[in-house]
Amino acid sequence: MTFLTGWGRTAPTPAQVVRPRTTEELAKLLADRPRRGLIARGLGRSYGDAAQNAGGVVVDCADLDLGWSLDQESGTVTASAGTSLHDLMSALVPRGWFVPVTPGTRYVTVGGAVAADIHGKNHHVDSSFGAHVTSLTLATADGSIRVLTPGDRLFWATVGGMGLTGVILSATFTCVPVETSRFKVDVEQARNLDHVIELMAEGDHRYRYTVAWIDLLATGAHTGRAVLTRGNHALREDVRSAAPLAYAPRPLLTTPPWVPNGLLNRWTLRAFNEAWYHKSPRVRRGVIQSLTTFFHPLDGVRDWNRLYGSRGLLQYQFAVPDEGLETLRRIVARLSAHGVASFLTVLKRFGPGTPGHLSFPMPGWTLALDIPAGVPGLDRLLTLFDEWVAAAGGRLYLAKDSRMSAETLRATYPRLGEWREIRSSVDPDGVFRSDLARRLGL
Amino acid sequence: MKNALGAVDSVLLLGGRSEIGLAVVELLVKRGARRIVLAVRGETDAPDLKALGAEVHVVDFDAARPESHGDVVRTAVDLVGDLDVVISAFGVLGDQAVYERDPVSAAHAVAVNFGGQVSVCLHVAERLREQRHGTLIVLSSVAGVRVRKANYVYGSTKAGLDGFAQGLGDALHGSGANVMVVRPGFVRGRMTAGMPPAPMATTPGEVAAAVVAGLREGKETVWAPAVLAPVFALMRVLPRAVWRRMPR
Ligand SMILES: Cc1cc2nc3c(=O)[nH]c(=O)nc-3n(C[C@H](O)[C@H](O)[C@H](O)COP(=O)(O)OP(=O)(O)OC[C@H]3O[C@@H](n4cnc5c(N)ncnc54)[C@H](O)[C@@H]3O)c2cc1C
Ligand SMILES: NC(=O)c1ccc[n+]([C@@H]2O[C@H](COP(=O)([O-])OP(=O)(O)OC[C@H]3O[C@@H](n4cnc5c(N)ncnc54)[C@H](OP(=O)(O)O)[C@@H]3O)[C@@H](O)[C@H]2O)c1
Repeated sequence: MTFLTGWGRTAPTPAQVVRPRTTEELAKLLADRPRRGLIARGLGRSYGDAAQNAGGVVVDCADLDLGWSLDQESGTVTASAGTSLHDLMSALVPRGWFVPVTPGTRYVTVGGAVAADIHGKNHHVDSSFGAHVTSLTLATADGSIRVLTPGDRLFWATVGGMGLTGVILSATFTCVPVETSRFKVDVEQARNLDHVIELMAEGDHRYRYTVAWIDLLATGAHTGRAVLTRGNHALREDVRSAAPLAYAPRPLLTTPPWVPNGLLNRWTLRAFNEAWYHKSPRVRRGVIQSLTTFFHPLDGVRDWNRLYGSRGLLQYQFAVPDEGLETLRRIVARLSAHGVASFLTVLKRFGPGTPGHLSFPMPGWTLALDIPAGVPGLDRLLTLFDEWVAAAGGRLYLAKDSRMSAETLRATYPRLGEWREIRSSVDPDGVFRSDLARRLGL
Repeated sequence: MKNALGAVDSVLLLGGRSEIGLAVVELLVKRGARRIVLAVRGETDAPDLKALGAEVHVVDFDAARPESHGDVVRTAVDLVGDLDVVISAFGVLGDQAVYERDPVSAAHAVAVNFGGQVSVCLHVAERLREQRHGTLIVLSSVAGVRVRKANYVYGSTKAGLDGFAQGLGDALHGSGANVMVVRPGFVRGRMTAGMPPAPMATTPGEVAAAVVAGLREGKETVWAPAVLAPVFALMRVLPRAVWRRMPR
């Protein structure tokens, strides 16, 4: 048995981790019907307990029929579920293709990208990962392997289904053609939350990728002050380089294995947030940035989650529809007033979602913040926010969640019943089970 | 499942009418627990817990009948699934003078406070070991930390229980499940009704708050109030001749 956690390093539980290499080995595991069920795991970048299964089996998909292929003409990629977006990008970008969606870290797998129906900075234009998937292969509880397309109900129960419909073996999806590996970026400071909302509502459509970083520790008239970063793929003529498609990321620093609790506290984070805000230009247009600087600044430090000490961290990410803007304002104001220390808080506009029953994004706004799990009063504060978000017709992201209640889930995912029906038709005995599923009665 | 902030969903209370036990359950329900099993002799109703939104089940439980304990735990699991928290809070205090006059009654107290605890906790441990998560909270007492002549029958049952619970906790170490030993001092309430409170007396609510905080931090031992830890570190090393003269 191995103790596992998500990225937040909270609530560890032991499971038997197996790493099948072939579909046959996986089929054998399924045929054993493990007493406490089975769940797939990618790179463990979900924050909470989605890829954990106390006392049961966890299938590490890293070696499962590993491989991928690209149709250079159409930009269609078929990749095994364990393939990381990091590996894919390293291979695709020099060939002139870019993944349709990348999250804030490259170290996620294709399986995890589908199972969480992940979104990126381009959601307002391109929707989430599932929208680009044209087919999936899924090993279900009965041991059969099904090829699913967007016409199938099971396809959409699997996209966003957090691994609970089966083990995804591979996915085929369409990539985006690019002329360079760089991005042409505009950076602007916003005075406060209203200002950033105004800038985003008015100008986001001009950019494929947008995100605002919010300084939650600013108060008063500055509450919600932000740095807005928006960009597009740089074109050939934007880049003076003999190798415009060159891309070779490397992790820079490693976090020491032990860090005292409370290193990231209100004061250190205030200093960090101050510096971040003031180092950014008031307005700068047309900056050329590398893929890693633009998308994955945090990937430069390996295992940065350890900076939060042994108590770990959690991420609170919610979405609200446009009519729920007032809720967003209230939450930001409350967080600032409470002095909740957050390293990075990001605000993003969402476009249309996918038909995934449990898919998170909805047209509107999303805010995500990392918080040390030891902050006093956090439980009560976030439970209050849950209520506000639910009342506004919003929801929380399962891939980030490590604490919401089953009631909140029921109240905020209106298609849960439909999803349950499909799931029990393919997995009547509940072979696929995770700690998340137990915690939320999924 | 316990969440990232230490809140849980399902709770089994052994001794489902215990004042301290119910105070802990109530706090857990306020923090999100929804599926509660109360194991009691006979019937009980828990309107307060229901009013807070919990689903409350009652199962029959007699600590003095160890042969039934396996079924008690199985029934609880059938009702609510995995047990996130189990609180073993039953026990009898009794009266030292009566125990001395009626040794059979003393043996009964031992059978409940120690024998019954050992039996049911072993069944609980088997379940927790299988599910690989969950916390067993055992209500010990400072009375067992160093046994006093004023209540040495009760005190020795708690000494036995405390040792058992520590050993069980060590046996479960690394399994994902764990045991928390709770050592309250004098708790004003039903069990101590009519007795003059000892120094540093506390209340069921305060004990519950300490237990729930300990749960969140993953503590193995909780003293209530916390000051009893250093106090009893001292008490433990008092010479026997001094200890013997403790008035009560
Ligand atoms: C720094 C950081 C930034 C992030 N930024 C974003 C972001 O911008 N947008 C976003 O959407 N998310 C973001 N995430 C979350 C992350 O993208 C998702 O949690 C993603 O699912 C992680 O993929 P993984 O391979 O690590 O999967 P894991 O975390 O291992 O698993 C996640 C879920 O996918 C399931 N799963 C994994 N593989 C399979 C498979 N083969 N078959 C079936 N189910 C499977 C698991 O059962 C589990 O339910 C971020 C995470 C971090 C740490
Ligand atoms: N109160 C204190 O000062 C104090 C101090 C330190 C430790 N403790 C310990 O803390 C625990 C809880 O105490 P408390 O204050 O909550 O006391 P309590 O309210 O009297 O609760 C004790 C419970 O044990 C139950 N019980 C007794 N014999 C039983 C049996 N044979 N089978 C099933 N249940 C039985 C009782 O059930 P009925 O309701 O049916 O009688 C009662 O509900 C006890 O273990 C106690 O020893 C108490």
